[in-house]
Amino acid sequence: MIEVKDITKSFDGRTILHDVSATFYTGKTNLIIGQSGSGKTVLMKSLVGLLKPDSGQILFDGRDIVSMDIKAQKALRKEIGMLFQGSALFDSETVLGNVMFPLTMFSDSPYDEMLDRAHFCLKRVNLEGASDKYPNEISGGMQKRVAIARAIALNPKYLFCDEPNSGLDPKTSILIDELLSDITHEYNMTTIINTHDMNSVLGIGENIVFINKGYREWVGDKRKIFTTANEALNEFVFATRLFQEVKDYVIHNASKEPE
Amino acid sequence: MIIVNSLRSVGRYCMFMNRAFSVPERWRIFVKRTFTEIYKLGVDSIPLVIIISLFIGAVITIQMKLNTDSPLLPAYAVGLAARDIVLLEFSNSILCLILAGKVGSNIASEIGTMRVTEQIDALEIMGVNSAQFLVLPKLVAFVAFMPVLTIFCMGTSMLGGLLVAMFTDVISVSRYVYGLQALFIPWYVWYGLIKCLFFAFIIASVSSYFGYNVKGGSLEVGRASTQSVVTSSILILLFDVLLTKILLQ
Repeated sequence: MIEVKDITKSFDGRTILHDVSATFYTGKTNLIIGQSGSGKTVLMKSLVGLLKPDSGQILFDGRDIVSMDIKAQKALRKEIGMLFQGSALFDSETVLGNVMFPLTMFSDSPYDEMLDRAHFCLKRVNLEGASDKYPNEISGGMQKRVAIARAIALNPKYLFCDEPNSGLDPKTSILIDELLSDITHEYNMTTIINTHDMNSVLGIGENIVFINKGYREWVGDKRKIFTTANEALNEFVFATRLFQEVKDYVIHNASKEPE
Repeated sequence: MIIVNSLRSVGRYCMFMNRAFSVPERWRIFVKRTFTEIYKLGVDSIPLVIIISLFIGAVITIQMKLNTDSPLLPAYAVGLAARDIVLLEFSNSILCLILAGKVGSNIASEIGTMRVTEQIDALEIMGVNSAQFLVLPKLVAFVAFMPVLTIFCMGTSMLGGLLVAMFTDVISVSRYVYGLQALFIPWYVWYGLIKCLFFAFIIASVSSYFGYNVKGGSLEVGRASTQSVVTSSILILLFDVLLTKILLQ
């Protein structure tokens, strides 16, 4: 479980996050949603330690990443896997090389065991046949899956995903969402996904944190989102006609259900 | 304001070097990466070094003959002057100015692209010291291989002059070869090799610094690449003066 307590972050005198607090649960897909510029990327970068908040605490199962020393932070980072918006695969390495990378850097296992683990991770994301290819030889969806395989190679306790569906077609987006959700439940990880893809919100949002203008405005799950009275959240989630119709349909059907 | 910004950059560069010069987490990976970089930065530069040295060596010989054509000077002075120019300046300073363009821009654009595509962030999140992991193998590889390139340059330049002597009537081969051997001071070779180590460090570290600190997109990567070449070149010239003063006087 990751607990965020009253974190504030400013850049050049401009406050991006105002006393944000939230809890991200183990074994659940936790989503951070919000408009572009709302501060969700800053929140994500603060969570993984790439940015240091001006105040507040970020507790990884009780361990505060903000106040811990570099050595402890380094040890904690070995429990973290991250999927970047652009996949961030190493261009000079093959697909297998990318998945092997964290293992060769941090695992003391024999080489054959590391190789088995890398192949297992690639199989888990259905990419057994692409291990010898380079990142520029595979599609965007496949790159995302390689990045997921690399992120789970060391069996992390915490998985962070920054816009995992950006640049992907709807079908591939759903596949990535399902994969992330399955992996989260299978390995009982604390998964945090930063997104503004409404399909993801309504599909896999088990714990949703809505950030608006640097404030945490709403917390709930994908069912509660249909009945929220929060105006900003309604405007954000149901901005398109299609999602508005989905909402009307869900509420209409819910009212018909026998009590 | 310029002075403050320059001092700030020097401070950032020193902090960056401090991070880069930390003990590798996995020696096996460090050694492997260093050999890869030796191939990429050093061995790959050999054809360029050979072509440039051959032609410049030939041109120096012809120019020397044209400019020292006097009955007061012995004919072998052409070979002697060409040799000393190559040993003292061309094989280290001028060669490094050329390599600042090839190797420097290569390093800056490679690391810069890794920065803008979040590959460096990925390393940091994994708990890898990205400055050490990316920069130290390049520094060690280029500094270690630069003397090899310098020696190649020295030999090939003199070969260029020899080819001029063989295939033209500028100077006879025997006089040119005698000139190459006459009044030889071995310290000049060491002087060239010492200078090239400093220059190799400047090229690799300055280019890495500019690449590592790129912010933005591909446009900024290009800008960082240009800045790295300009800054490396200026520093090479500055250190050339300082090292000449220290080592030759």
